[in-house]
Amino acid sequence: MATYSTNEFKNGLKFLMDGQPCTIIDNTIVQPGKGQAFNRVKYRNLMTGRVLEKTFKSGEKVDAADVVDTDLQYLYNDGEFWHFMDETSFEQYQAAESAVADVTKWLIEQDICTVTLFNGQPISVIPPKQVTLEVVETDPGLKGDTAGTGGKPATLSTGAVVQVPLFVQIGEQIIVNTEKGEYVSRAK
Amino acid sequence: MPNKLMASARQRLQKRSNLLAQVRAFFYARDVLEVDTPILSQAATPDLHLASLTTQVKVPGFKDKQRYYLHTSPEYPMKRLLSEGSGDIFYLGKVFRDGDLSPRHQVEFTMLEWYRLDFSMQDLIDEVVGLLQTVLLPVLAQCAQVEQLTYRQMFAKYAQIEDVFGAGSEQFQHCLAQNGVPEIIGLQDEDTALWEQLVLTEVIEPQLGKSAVSIITHFPARDAALAQLDSENTAQALRFEVFVNGMELANGYQELQDAELYRQRFDESLQQRQQAGLEQVPLDNRLLEALEHYGLPACSGVALGFDRLLLLQQGASRLEEVIAYSLDKA
Repeated sequence: MATYSTNEFKNGLKFLMDGQPCTIIDNTIVQPGKGQAFNRVKYRNLMTGRVLEKTFKSGEKVDAADVVDTDLQYLYNDGEFWHFMDETSFEQYQAAESAVADVTKWLIEQDICTVTLFNGQPISVIPPKQVTLEVVETDPGLKGDTAGTGGKPATLSTGAVVQVPLFVQIGEQIIVNTEKGEYVSRAK
Repeated sequence: MPNKLMASARQRLQKRSNLLAQVRAFFYARDVLEVDTPILSQAATPDLHLASLTTQVKVPGFKDKQRYYLHTSPEYPMKRLLSEGSGDIFYLGKVFRDGDLSPRHQVEFTMLEWYRLDFSMQDLIDEVVGLLQTVLLPVLAQCAQVEQLTYRQMFAKYAQIEDVFGAGSEQFQHCLAQNGVPEIIGLQDEDTALWEQLVLTEVIEPQLGKSAVSIITHFPARDAALAQLDSENTAQALRFEVFVNGMELANGYQELQDAELYRQRFDESLQQRQQAGLEQVPLDNRLLEALEHYGLPACSGVALGFDRLLLLQQGASRLEEVIAYSLDKA
């Protein structure tokens, strides 16, 4: 397995810590001038998303993590796994619930998602920034009340719930920002 | 460049220029001679923790492709000058240390180094404080106060380790854990000196120089470098460091005079380099000869990071904010 020495540390480097893939988000060399150098490292565990800190003695080695980000098309959910496909190689990947838990409500068949693969297995999925979904449930708005500030909750076809303006009706297609979980506009 | 950007760059450079002038005025007023020693040397420092940059010198009829080292500090040529009778001297200029790059380190930086004849360590500490108060007092009120501690007192006060010279590795590890220091990777339990160093850099240093200028004296003899050992306790060296706002700003010694001891310490450093698998470096024989021939007069000397001084004066947090171009833009 490939290894990285502390002097190869830099932001974005992917390595293994306790068997889990991590990415460096900050690396500061502590060089006291009259002593051994250390690397103060802040990193994100890519499985859990948690940010952690450790200090490495200069010259220590860590194992490289085989982690790549790739664009895959979402195919379907079979009840247990979420299936994705590489559009050029037609290779298929199945993601377990842990990889998609936060984003299932934004997964729409045929959309292209950014999938992080670790040893060839999806570990996290980022949906497109904007998705178009159908409103399946919402209160009928009061006619003429277009200046309302709060809006109303609407349930979408994937189960996601977002605040929408009062004029949005059941059966309409709307565009939603998946990062913020916010209504953007009606879809044409 | 847009005028507005240039105006702020010009302001930044003006502040640097002002501080350079202020520091020179401080020494000129005290009759300390400014010396501009060579940056290139055929010898290098053997210090285990300093990495010299090198270059090739090719001069027809003189040197046919010979390696020269860029100085990590002007210490050796300055000591040659002192031995040859220069009297009080200071250097204010560039030095180079490979491998150092962080918000507080640049590979190339400006150092102020000075030597005072017949000054004890305490005399020199007082002068350093005088300089700091001259240039920092208007912006850093804590500089009106001075806290002077020995290395041992510092560990007792800031890490609750009463006897650092007798402490074991588990005591240092316990201290790190108690202070919430992130896990350390790659250190064996028996590396006591390194655990001690981590308590110093991770727990103590960030607390130093917050409410007063912190002066730390009497470092362990293993960290003496070229300082005299304390005649009353040879486990301690007459070395001091100055901290302001959690940052080391200066490092000084009551200087070792005996040429034979220089040779011994250099040889020890070379051995440590070998054990660490580092490249050997040529020793400065011209310095050793001058020390043997004339002897170094009784003196104390100190090196102070000029860029860090400016950083403190300007309330900046990264060296890049106080220099014209950082390494990545040079």
